[in-house]
Amino acid sequence: MENLWFYKRFIIHLWIISIISISIGCEQQKSALSGNEAERVYVAPGTYDEFYLFTSGGFSGQMGVYGLPSGRHFKTISVFSQNPETGFGYSEETKGMLNTSYGFIPWDDAHHPQLSRTDGIPDGRFIFINGNNTPRVAKIDLKEFETTEIIEIPNSAGNHASPFVTENTEYIVASTRFSVPVPQNDVPISSYKENFKGTISFIKLDSKTEKMNLEFQIIVPGFHYDLAHAGKGASKDWAFFTSYNTEQANTLLEINASKNDKDFIAAINWKKAEQYLKEGKAKTLSSEYYHNYMDEKTHSAVSVKKTSVKVLDPKDCPDMIYYIPTPKSPHGVDVDPSGEYIVAGGKLASVIPVHSFSKLIKAIESKQFDGEVVGIPILKYDAVVAGEVQNPGLGPLHTEFDGNGYAYTSAFISSEIVKWKIGTWEVVDRTPAYYSIGHLCIPGGDSKKPFGKYVIALNKITKDRYLPTGPELTQSAQLIDISGEKMKLLLDFPTVGEPHYAQAIPASMIMDNSKKFYSIDENKHPHAVKSEKEARVERKGNIVRIYMTSGRSHFAPDNIEGIKVGDEVYFHITNLEQDWDVPHGFAIKGMNTAEILIMPGVTRTIKWEPKKVGIYPFYCSDFCSALHQEMQGYVRVSAANSSVELKYSLGN
Amino acid sequence: MSTRSRLIIALSSLLLVLTFFFPLWKIDLNAPQYPEGLGLRIWLHQISGLKPNDLQSINGLNHYIGMKPIEQDSIPELTIMPYIMTFMILSGLTIAFFKQKKLVYLWLILFVILGIVGLYDFYIWGYEYGHNLDPNAPIKVPGMTYQPPLFGSKQLLNINAVSLPSISSFLILISILLIVTTIYSDKKKETK
Repeated sequence: MENLWFYKRFIIHLWIISIISISIGCEQQKSALSGNEAERVYVAPGTYDEFYLFTSGGFSGQMGVYGLPSGRHFKTISVFSQNPETGFGYSEETKGMLNTSYGFIPWDDAHHPQLSRTDGIPDGRFIFINGNNTPRVAKIDLKEFETTEIIEIPNSAGNHASPFVTENTEYIVASTRFSVPVPQNDVPISSYKENFKGTISFIKLDSKTEKMNLEFQIIVPGFHYDLAHAGKGASKDWAFFTSYNTEQANTLLEINASKNDKDFIAAINWKKAEQYLKEGKAKTLSSEYYHNYMDEKTHSAVSVKKTSVKVLDPKDCPDMIYYIPTPKSPHGVDVDPSGEYIVAGGKLASVIPVHSFSKLIKAIESKQFDGEVVGIPILKYDAVVAGEVQNPGLGPLHTEFDGNGYAYTSAFISSEIVKWKIGTWEVVDRTPAYYSIGHLCIPGGDSKKPFGKYVIALNKITKDRYLPTGPELTQSAQLIDISGEKMKLLLDFPTVGEPHYAQAIPASMIMDNSKKFYSIDENKHPHAVKSEKEARVERKGNIVRIYMTSGRSHFAPDNIEGIKVGDEVYFHITNLEQDWDVPHGFAIKGMNTAEILIMPGVTRTIKWEPKKVGIYPFYCSDFCSALHQEMQGYVRVSAANSSVELKYSLGN
Repeated sequence: MSTRSRLIIALSSLLLVLTFFFPLWKIDLNAPQYPEGLGLRIWLHQISGLKPNDLQSINGLNHYIGMKPIEQDSIPELTIMPYIMTFMILSGLTIAFFKQKKLVYLWLILFVILGIVGLYDFYIWGYEYGHNLDPNAPIKVPGMTYQPPLFGSKQLLNINAVSLPSISSFLILISILLIVTTIYSDKKKETK
């Protein structure tokens, strides 16, 4: 009897297993038959991708450049990090780019790429990115795909809500994620509520020189300002910042900063702030920070130490800033293409609240306030909210728009993208992300005119999606087709560093402006040599300057004698080539820095302090030509007290 | 000689002024590493690259096979040719004033001879560059010379060289043909 019962169970299990197996088999067969995903992402050899995708390098401090729809990686741009591949941050010309008021900092945590805009549409001139750890904002020139400017943000810590730009790139914003005493001060950490403050910074991009300047800062209560977006269209004079930790906790924030039902979105009228600045309402706060930029003619960093900043206090500036109550530690704040709807990613909330800009203006006019925080009026939630998206997935973070009336929100905890309709707030589609999606990106998806077509999921965890590479796995993005009613996963592709935010733009808006080489005639580097005839070695005390040229396939000079232990040797190398794709590298045995990669027409300098007597070969480290292996030379290093004379030559 | 013919001789001579503004000959080089192409343009008064740095790039490539660098200053013809052309234009205009048909024949014959000499000179330069190679060149292919074709295309190692007349050559041809035609039609009328 007992045995029979066991047999029955066994048979039932067998049935269930069979049915499941067959249905999975059918499912797989079906997807294999219905799929033309491979065709959709295939970019034939010799043809181009339709879009450039710029992904943040996260804790690598860099930025990745990819093609869409192929997911092919083109370049990693050095931003806040030294790069041994190019010598960025190692060469004498580029070291200055990483200067801060804390000294030379060759690393940062880069989160949010943001394309420059004209009329609220990406224009392909620049892309900005924030440094979170030691607050900085960098500008990358998309003619060169190189970092050409970095400005430090004083009176801030954790520059996270940055570097979002206004409609015509008038301003680039920055903020304080970790509130700190302003100005910095030696106070007990427990005096947080009393002493800690936040700042929201507006960096002006000069429309003529295209250089950045920290125009003003607004002192705000010591909450944690998390993300931002500038308005557009009707709301173009405004910028919006989410905040969390309105509890003002200073320890165990995961519990203590998650208590309030609602935190705030700060709505700032930057036009008004500009006006107050003009009226002289700002105080000058002495603050130390650096502004570094690459001079176009010398190809060298200019590093300027600044000593003060203009600060506006909301108490003196009515009608400049309002708080919009928003559920549960909101993360992303995203403005729809029309500029009317402001979508909050209430990461611990069960709905996505969507605020209305026109209701915001009405609420301000009719003074529908619910108290204030140090002079900043708090608006009534109901007076501003336009609607709530129900069942949006767990942990909604960020929203992008397709320009066809739909919004796409990433949900971290439920690991999915949720598509919903603007106006009716109903969810119309959802697709899983593998795994734990953070940001997401639609080409132009935060602008006035999204280019649409794809959404890219930027995931925090990859687990089993790729071949394993030990405990540290690749970072990952996923390409999803949004041209139809239903989202459709097309491709997984690995990314360099952690992809936080990313932005994409049609390739046609950038590729034709791409620089091929630098004109040698325009090279104004003080140590440039324009021809081999000018190549030479000069000594002044223990400083030796080697004025060297590189060209296929030799350096001039390539035999150097009379260098002594204890000398400070500078190799100033000018790449004389005037052709596309012919950089030369330079490295010498025992150098304590990194290779320098010298673009055609550019002069780069690497410092070398030989410590031991001997013969030191140097060579071209970037395969340049058929006789690349022959592109080498020798330096003779003699004892400090030796009488070997300085001598240099090329050929016999 | 009819007034119409004289007018055409004058206009044809004036047409030659345009040869100062366009190249006479072009040599285009195609190689796998140069998808965007490399090219030389030979003018009355100068030798230039198709793109701003093509000449430098071509000389850079040529040094591997030991070819002399192509330099403006080492080619005296580039100084002489503008004078010759100026003389032909001025003499053409002068001839248009006289009703001497013989002078026109003389002018035409001189021009054709100059053209042939010019082409021969161009061939000699090509021969020089292609054969007179530095014995210490890094790349030496036994039996290989690098003379570009005078007319047409030729494969030189990895490079396909295409040499063809350019706008100014056609202008000269048109000018000569116009004059020949008008003289010929004059003659026809006379025989009638």
